This record gives sequence, structure tokens and C-alpha cells, in this order.
Amino acid sequence: MNSLASKSLVSINDFSPDEIERILDMASRFEQSPPGKILDSKVIAALFFEPSTRTRLSFESAVNRLGGRIIGFAEAGTSSVSKGESLKDTVLTVSNYSDLIVMRHSIEGSARYASEISPVPVINAGDGSNQHPTQTLLDLYSIQKTQGTLDGLNIFMVGDLKYGRTVHSLLMALSNYNTTFNFISPTELRMPEEYKLFLEKKGIKYYEHDDFTEIISRADIVYMTRVQRERFSDPLEYEKVKNIYVLRKEMLANTKENLKILHPLPRVNEIDRDVDDSPKAYYFEQALNGVYVRQAIISSILDVL
Amino acid sequence: MEKAKQLSVSAIKNGTVIDHIPADSLFTVITILGLEHISNQITFGTNLESKKFGKKAIIKVSEVYFTEEEINKIALVAPAARLNIIRNYEVVEKHELTLPDKIEGIARCFNPTCITNHEPIKTRFSIISQKPLRLKCHYCEKITDEEHLTII
Repeated sequence: MNSLASKSLVSINDFSPDEIERILDMASRFEQSPPGKILDSKVIAALFFEPSTRTRLSFESAVNRLGGRIIGFAEAGTSSVSKGESLKDTVLTVSNYSDLIVMRHSIEGSARYASEISPVPVINAGDGSNQHPTQTLLDLYSIQKTQGTLDGLNIFMVGDLKYGRTVHSLLMALSNYNTTFNFISPTELRMPEEYKLFLEKKGIKYYEHDDFTEIISRADIVYMTRVQRERFSDPLEYEKVKNIYVLRKEMLANTKENLKILHPLPRVNEIDRDVDDSPKAYYFEQALNGVYVRQAIISSILDVL
Repeated sequence: MEKAKQLSVSAIKNGTVIDHIPADSLFTVITILGLEHISNQITFGTNLESKKFGKKAIIKVSEVYFTEEEINKIALVAPAARLNIIRNYEVVEKHELTLPDKIEGIARCFNPTCITNHEPIKTRFSIISQKPLRLKCHYCEKITDEEHLTII
């Protein structure tokens, strides 16, 4: 019995820890031995109301490699939305043409709403600052693959912890695995209280810092995010902190052997280019992992195995 | 003195009296209960003196008895309200309100980029904390607190 069959994936909390484990196991099997054209005759609609080249291409690659077809649009300007069509009408119409909808939208909650009105399942590929669960699953997969476990790891989250949806969803998912968190951010971009409260309630340890040069030697995973200038009300504050949250190669000198650097990409300047050559840099492999994970999610929801 | 108080809003024979409503929430309570759409006799008084609130409001609705689910909706804006069921001019039952776990279509989501503020969708919240009041939007998953709470 596949409990994920016909189920929508809107928020990481929609999947139980068991279901998450099944997705990660399946992704690993797909990586080791590609399953062939198991999506033959399936049509997947990719509705990207907001452009996101990386996520869209990753989904397209995942579907194409499994023999499925993708229809859809890459930005709202080329869809009927530009003529004033409501989200409901677009979703109901497109659901007639497809077996599954993958949707990206700048409005928070749009994917949940779509999943409630659509007769076919919906995968959220990012709804504003809210959720991006396939990113979270590929982050979990990357951590498990490189560390051999999700349990008992020391996870460093660096940069914009206030607005970054990827760190929030990853935090929620990792809270099931006895994780120790270290949050490194400027004061303005600290982890919101609600997430810290959530960890406290679950008895998960976390520590907050404003610099990580001294403590990086303890990390199993460093999850980098970008500190954006526009997040600061005072431009001087940005100037003061902008270089503190940049990872440089020399900082990796005394780090653990198993340390891996993750980043949801796109990267701007928060990881120096010379880090790319280090065996500890993992962000491009992380992006590749996204294809296997999305294949596992789509195959499970369409129940083709 | 007691007599003068009772006369401030006339008694009803059968129905429901909702007392101890904060005066500034009276019209919100009327809206939440949909009282403007019913044809029964309704009397209300506001800015009445109250030891608890300073100023309170009271509503008396003839021949109407609310379900627990209906009445608990007003707990958001009038948590200390008391419900008296009246039969033949006598109070036969008294109830306090309980805030429900989930509410629908009453409050507006504080997040301007939430889908409920862009498409005609009934809002849905789970109440994650009563004191201080914190509502989590079912759609955008953002928190609306008491300070930013708007009743639709």
C-alpha cells in the first residue's frame, strides 16, 4: 500500500517521517540504477507563475529521464494569467490535461489552495516565502548520502535565517533526528522566535552566533544562504556584516573530514569561488540529487512502481 | 440601582442573552453571529458600566438558540462573554465560551501576500495559542497575532 499515491506535497509536514524515509530510499535506488521509462504516457503540468529556471529544469529533467511528458509555462506572462485569469480557473483547466501539477507561485498559500481545488495531485515547487518541500527533501537526501545518517548531526545554518524558507523547512524536517543546530546570522536576520520555540518544545539543542570562523571545526554540515542587501533597513548595517557571512577556503583548514558545504543555489558571493575545488564543497552534487529526489516523489505520487 | 441596570436593555421571554461583551467588540460580535441577517427581535445595549471591563455590551436575541460551534466563534473578540439561555423570562442555562481549535471565515490573514488576500477564499486558521492569541493560517502558514487581528 503506497500511502503517497495521489497525495499532494505542499508543505514538508504533509509527509510523515516514514514517508520521507521512503522517498530518500527510492531516490537512492534511482540514483544507483535508473528505473527506465516508468512515467511513459504520463503528462505532468509545470505551472511556473514565477520564473525559477533551476527548479523548473530539475523537474523537467526528472520527468524526461523517466519517459514522461511535461507541459506548461515558465512565467505568468506567457500564460492566461496575464489576461486576468484566476488561479482557480487555471488550475481547474490544466488539471484536465495532466496527471500531476507542479506549481511555483509568488503568493504564499497558493499551492495549498490549488491542492484543495485540483482533482489531480499538486507538488509545490515554491510558494513565495512559505514552503519549497522538494528542496527540503533533496537537502535531506544530500545530508543522508554524505553523512550516512540523518541522526545526531551538527548542522550549521549560515546567513539569512529570518526570511530563508529553505532553512525553515529543513529545520522542521531535521527536528525529527536529534540534530544539534548552530545558527549564524546578523542580528537583523536571526532565526524567528517561532522556530526556536518549536525546537525548544521538541527538546532540540540550538545555539546562536554572529560569526562562525572559530566554531566551524565542529560542523558536519554547513548550510549557506545569501545575505541580501535589500533585507537591511540601514545600508550601513549591511556593509558592516556583509563579509562575515562569506565562506572562504582557508576557513576549511581545521574542519571535520566528513564536513560538506550545502547551498540551495543560486550562489552570489557568499561562497568564494576557490571553495568550489574543495572535496567538502557539495552544492553542485546537491543540485543533481534534486533530480533523483523529484523522480522519487513524482513516481510515488503517480504510483507507477 | 439593580433595577435600573435591568431596565437598560429590556428583558426577553425566550432566547439568548450574551453578556460581558467588551463594548468595542459589540458590532464585531453582531457580524460574526450574522445577526444583521435575521428577522427575530434583537435588543442590545452598549457602553454599560461593568466592573470587569469598564464598559460592556449586551445582546438579547428572541427565540434564537446558538449551537456551541456558532457561539464559540465570538470567543476570538469576546473571550469573557457569558451566554444565558432564557425560557419564560428565567435564566435556565449559563455557558462560558471556549475558543475553538480551528476557525473559518472570521478573521483576515495578516500576511498581504497570502492567497486568501488575493482570491475569494474562505480563510482558515488553527489557534496555536490562546494567551497571547496566535492564529496560524492554513494557507500561507504565517502567524496572525492579536494586535494584527482583523475580523472580516
